[in-house]
Amino acid sequence: MGVISSIGKRELQSYFATPLAYVFIVIFLALAGLFTFYLGGFYERGQADLSPFFNFHPWLYLFLVPAIAMRLWAEERKSGSVELLMTLPVTLWQAVLGKFLAAWLCIAIALGLTFPIWVTVNYLGEPDNGVIVAAYIGSLLMAGGFLAIGSCISAANRNQVVSFILTVVICFLFMLAGFSLVLDFFSGWLPGPLLDAVASLSFLTHYAAISKGVLDLRDVLYFLLVIGVWLYATTIVLDLKKAD
Amino acid sequence: MIAAEGLVKTFGGRTAVDNVTFRVGPGEVLGFLGPNGAGKTTTMRMLAGFVAPTAGRAEICGYSIDAQPVAAKQKLGYLPEGAPTYGEMTPRDFLRFIGEVRGLTAAEFRQRLGDVVERLQLEEVLDQPIETLSKGFRRRVGLAQAILHDPPVLILDEPTDGLDPNQKHEVRELIRTMAPGKVIVISTHILEEVDAVCTRAIIITNGRIVADEEPAALIRRSRYHNAVSLRLQHSADLAAVAHDLQNMDEVREVEVDNPEFTVTAFPKDNALIVSAIGALAAERRWPVEQLHLEAGRLDEVFRTITAATSANRTT
Repeated sequence: MGVISSIGKRELQSYFATPLAYVFIVIFLALAGLFTFYLGGFYERGQADLSPFFNFHPWLYLFLVPAIAMRLWAEERKSGSVELLMTLPVTLWQAVLGKFLAAWLCIAIALGLTFPIWVTVNYLGEPDNGVIVAAYIGSLLMAGGFLAIGSCISAANRNQVVSFILTVVICFLFMLAGFSLVLDFFSGWLPGPLLDAVASLSFLTHYAAISKGVLDLRDVLYFLLVIGVWLYATTIVLDLKKAD
Repeated sequence: MIAAEGLVKTFGGRTAVDNVTFRVGPGEVLGFLGPNGAGKTTTMRMLAGFVAPTAGRAEICGYSIDAQPVAAKQKLGYLPEGAPTYGEMTPRDFLRFIGEVRGLTAAEFRQRLGDVVERLQLEEVLDQPIETLSKGFRRRVGLAQAILHDPPVLILDEPTDGLDPNQKHEVRELIRTMAPGKVIVISTHILEEVDAVCTRAIIITNGRIVADEEPAALIRRSRYHNAVSLRLQHSADLAAVAHDLQNMDEVREVEVDNPEFTVTAFPKDNALIVSAIGALAAERRWPVEQLHLEAGRLDEVFRTITAATSANRTT
């Protein structure tokens, strides 16, 4: 555990040593506010809840999380520091998990800094705070899923721009897996049960369930599983490609 | 103790390292020599556990780098090629990170940091981002990282690359002072370095070990070993001198370098011929400016060995 936190701490320090963390947090907050008030019609709806705020999170993450994930491993491989890291007495899992947790914590900080909107809605009315807490948890879990996908893609190549684009595309597919946009592509040739399986991979469906305040264990488990599987894939990809 | 047994690494269809076997014990400083692309870095990466060998095995202090990687890496200090670090960190933060991952306590870290900072003269740059430092300092930060935990085994890939002559000298001194009781492997393409710090040299070409000897023994392989060169005044008759030298019993061959006014005599069977030549020069009243006994030329040995192997490969 000590090693994971050391790696995570170092990673997080490097986010804040460069403008990366600040840019990410500021853009995240600005866009979240913009979407909530202009596109979501926060005031016009006249309801004391945060659904206009949370509804736009998947779209925010779609572009912002890959931007943070793209450098996770691509940069280490490009600068050669991956050779240093991998010859320290750490396991692949410790390295992958440490870096992942650092990036996730950075997103969590950005998410946490949206608290004024929660204060606002409590000032204006009497929202169901249980739903809001559940939605925050769901949002963070979904960000973790996007991030784990990005971690794997970032490990697979040393070009950050390629990492970014591929991650956005794959995250987009996962996000909309339950919608006709993606399902139509598979429906012609995949048998019914498999089609259902694809549909059940949808980030949006699971997120929507949680953000309505239904903190179903299955939805939580789904996101944790997505994170675990993609991080496991990251370790495999790294083991194969770290020295290329 | 480092043990490499039958290490093989192929990339695609190309064999980068081909059946490399050697052992290095405490107190030894092994110099890894070879032309660029010979497989030095790949071999070191396999020893350090960064690249998995296609075949064969490597051990650090009895721990298999494949089966017990964390235990093996704990015993190892490794400087990767190009001394990569995290550029946005300061040397102090960077070394603290290395210390944490290596499991040093705060007290141990303070003591070790003081030691490596003094040895590598990093005091003045400790709190500047590494990416703003000169190449020499960056290399030294990489070295500091490798020796921070005072490991019994050190593998350094081109430790003096990019350093100025003074810094090179300091790093060689550092290696020499650390050598007793430690296993040290360095790779280099600077031949004088082998002579200066190594107790043993391995020459590798096309992925194979082609020589594994003490540097002195390698030098004895040189055709210049025990050769005597005479530098004469411009009035001298070089041809006559060469002729007289050739007629000596112990001399195998004579070479004349006209522009330099130098005649070099190569002895038969590495015999010592310098006193005989000195006597002859006095007797014949040759106008000698310099008389020089050659120890041998490592670069010539290196070229001979590596070129011969490459030629064998292509035919």
